[in-house]
Amino acid sequence: MKTFDYRTADRSSAGLAPEAMFLAGGTNLVDLMKLGVATPDVLVDVTKLPLDGITERPDGGVRIGATVRNSDLAADPRIRRGFPVLSQALLAGASGQLRNMATTGGNLLQRTRCRYFMDATKPCNKHAPGTGCPAREGDHRNLAILGGSEACVATHPSDMAVALAALGAVVRVDGAAGERTVPVTDLHRLPGDTPQRDTVLEHGEMITAVDLPALPFATRSAYRKARDRASYAFAVGSVAAALDVDDGVVREVRLAFGAVAPKPWRATVAEEVLRGRPATEESFRAAADAELEAARPLRDNAYKIDLIRNLTAAVLTRLAGEAR
Amino acid sequence: MRLTVNDVEHDLDLDPRTTLLDALREHLDLTGAKKGCDHGQCGACTVLLDGRRVNSCLVLVIAQQDARVTTIEGLGTAEEPHPLQRGFLDHDGFQCGYCTPGQICSAAGMLDEVERGWPSAVTAGDDPDLLSDPEIRERMSGNLCRCGAYPNMVPAIRQAAGR
Repeated sequence: MKTFDYRTADRSSAGLAPEAMFLAGGTNLVDLMKLGVATPDVLVDVTKLPLDGITERPDGGVRIGATVRNSDLAADPRIRRGFPVLSQALLAGASGQLRNMATTGGNLLQRTRCRYFMDATKPCNKHAPGTGCPAREGDHRNLAILGGSEACVATHPSDMAVALAALGAVVRVDGAAGERTVPVTDLHRLPGDTPQRDTVLEHGEMITAVDLPALPFATRSAYRKARDRASYAFAVGSVAAALDVDDGVVREVRLAFGAVAPKPWRATVAEEVLRGRPATEESFRAAADAELEAARPLRDNAYKIDLIRNLTAAVLTRLAGEAR
Repeated sequence: MRLTVNDVEHDLDLDPRTTLLDALREHLDLTGAKKGCDHGQCGACTVLLDGRRVNSCLVLVIAQQDARVTTIEGLGTAEEPHPLQRGFLDHDGFQCGYCTPGQICSAAGMLDEVERGWPSAVTAGDDPDLLSDPEIRERMSGNLCRCGAYPNMVPAIRQAAGR
């Protein structure tokens, strides 16, 4: 590992040095530093900042501090009751040990687990711009079917972010230019020809909190994840959903797909198809297909189209059953 | 920097790159926590950090000023084993033993999480049994055992929990 200076963050760390990085739980960053993929000169530790609270908002929403640990967030009674999809997504991810360290902000900013990105000796447009993408012809079984580009087909690996996308969460950011908010669905960029930039954040901007807007029908929400083993593995496909059914008809629905794109994929096309439609498995499958029309699978990952359609149908059918 | 390990205070002056695992093994001569993968994927390095189980291989010790760490050496002794150590002996919950310190520290943290009512990915219903066999397996999934001694760890943990 390359050596670095360590310091703790002030309230606002505007003016972060060019080769400095924020450190929170470290579960991804320390690993990437060991691998030589992340090579910061300075680590600025944000975990001593007072950003570890979960507070209810006047509008009925919830504000989650950036350094709230994944395990604390998953266990919070307000999240379990009001936004079960988020608790389920967190508990589907990583292990007990990792969830005890990993933070809300760090989970959003974790990097792809594409094997070429994780290997500093391999070409990769994300860690070494301009060197090419071996994944398109190589191992891409778990890479993107939506939103990828010639330069990069990485997937964002977070489970939590998929639930946040479905819930319409808003990310609060602090930086040299002051505070701003970014919808979580706009936080991550599509790669285009600049895949080295994962997010729209400027260097030195810090996530301070994530706001969940009030969403009463999210009490009926769920996360379902498919993976290669029963536990402690990244998703090969996942679905986060919340459903509001009135007299057998979809009144409102929130749907997001995980492990299929460089960002948590909010399925707005499918949502639009479903509003006002009968809450049946047939409708759910048709809605997933409408969203997946945009899919551009590679040689070995077309299975994700069937997987996401089936997961969507299964999750929404279950939620519709609970509504009866 | 100051670190308290198994109730003993240490003043340490370490390279900032030092992980908690390397500090324990290479600088404090506490070799119970094991280096398996060194990437947070196997759980052999699990210790309790301020009472919570973590992968010590992914923790930079410099970020843990004044923290309290408990390792396998702090849980019990040969003369007075921790109930989990007793359980692993009684139920033959290991073969080669390399993953065992991590398994036991992880189980200690896990039982505390259950005590606090934390759910897991398999928890369902309003009045769940948080220590059913599927619950124990799910909650311990961050600890791999290449000998495959998993079946006997489940009753070992159950015994320690007094179930």
